Amino acid sequence: MADEVTLLDFWASPFGIRVRIALAEKGVKYEYSEQNLKNKSALLLQMNPVYKKIPTLIHNGRSVCESLIIVQYVDDAWKANAPFLPSDPHQRAQTRFWADFIDKKVFEITKKIWTAKGEELEGAKKDFIECLKLLEGELGEKPYFGGENLGYVDVAFVPFYCWFYAYETCGKFSIEAECPKIIAWAKRCMKKESVSRSLEDPKKVYEFVLELRKRLGVD
Amino acid sequence: MDEREYNMAEEVKVFSTWASPFALRVIWALKLKGVEFDTVHEDLINKSPLLLQYNPIHKKVPVLVHDGKVICESLVILEYIDETWKQNPLLPEDPHQKANARFWAKFGDDKVMQSIGGGVLLKEGKEQEEGFAASMENLKYLEDEIRGKKFFGGETIGLADIALGWLAHYLDIVEEIVGLKLIDQEKFPSLAAWKQEFANAPIIRENWPDRDKLATKYVAMREANLGKGTPK
Repeated sequence: MADEVTLLDFWASPFGIRVRIALAEKGVKYEYSEQNLKNKSALLLQMNPVYKKIPTLIHNGRSVCESLIIVQYVDDAWKANAPFLPSDPHQRAQTRFWADFIDKKVFEITKKIWTAKGEELEGAKKDFIECLKLLEGELGEKPYFGGENLGYVDVAFVPFYCWFYAYETCGKFSIEAECPKIIAWAKRCMKKESVSRSLEDPKKVYEFVLELRKRLGVD
Repeated sequence: MDEREYNMAEEVKVFSTWASPFALRVIWALKLKGVEFDTVHEDLINKSPLLLQYNPIHKKVPVLVHDGKVICESLVILEYIDETWKQNPLLPEDPHQKANARFWAKFGDDKVMQSIGGGVLLKEGKEQEEGFAASMENLKYLEDEIRGKKFFGGETIGLADIALGWLAHYLDIVEEIVGLKLIDQEKFPSLAAWKQEFANAPIIRENWPDRDKLATKYVAMREANLGKGTPK
């Protein structure tokens, strides 16, 4: 009755990192399969025909797509330990709301930070800091968004931490100066093996972002 | 002391607008589960202080308030409703089927609504052609998913049906305004059948917003958007 788990992923993707953290938290053994996004594999196209994107999880031959849906799936399928969502429905709703906020607002803004210039860039930086301050408010005095342990929102957001150096260097600003609580939270998360092993080296990510900028003709 | 504190009955309020397909999802879910609630009608041009207090981040409808607990974002609200009132479940127990339902609900919002609303209703000429092509691609994925099933949820209405349900009424109005057929019976027979089934289902059929009012609103939206373009 051995589980066969494969993760189709791309090393730098914060969305992929979410799933890596989730699987690590649950102690799930899986095969990591690095995908070439410029030349997508037949397996990726077969397992994620609608979006053709990573991350895509394959569990005993069946695929699950979309990172937050995958994280919830991992939570449902491996119930025995480390629950990501609280048990109270209202708290679960709050948790889902903030993860949705990260996807709807935060991610779009961060793209602008490393692609935009001038006024657009300044606007994006301002919006980003505003979002981080809202997240700081939600975190409050808790060690993690999930309370005493890593939860759904921590898993949803901490992957972006390894992209912060790229944002700061491209945008010429310091996130820690504006939002020290978020940085403190991220560093606390990094003390967990599931997180430190899943996040990529920020300098490597920055090199990758420079390549992307060249490809997109940003300069 | 508020006399309501002595009242054991639950207090459920939905902040909505007459036209919002997102608020409609919440109303459907509550009615399908037989939950009594009050509706607070909002005017989006003149949002109530209470709405802004309850949803300071997005400032949108729907908002659900259950015994003082506030929940925002329609898909988040649907899952809350399903977890709180367990009769007539909207999501299956099986983790993979659950993930699948969530996937199609999200696909509806991220892709289908974008391509039809943003790409077809609000555009013309070449841009509309592209929007139409994208919409047809998206509808094909839905066709493949619904084939062989009565509802996306199987035998009964589920989360994905509720999320995609706007297609069974709002889409007709869009099609009439732009003069294009999207859910064509010949191209998408299973999806067309689902549309009929869903539109006429008990509870669903009693709660559609007024067609003519919607048409007026959408025509205005389309004209406003096209009017924003550069002069020809």
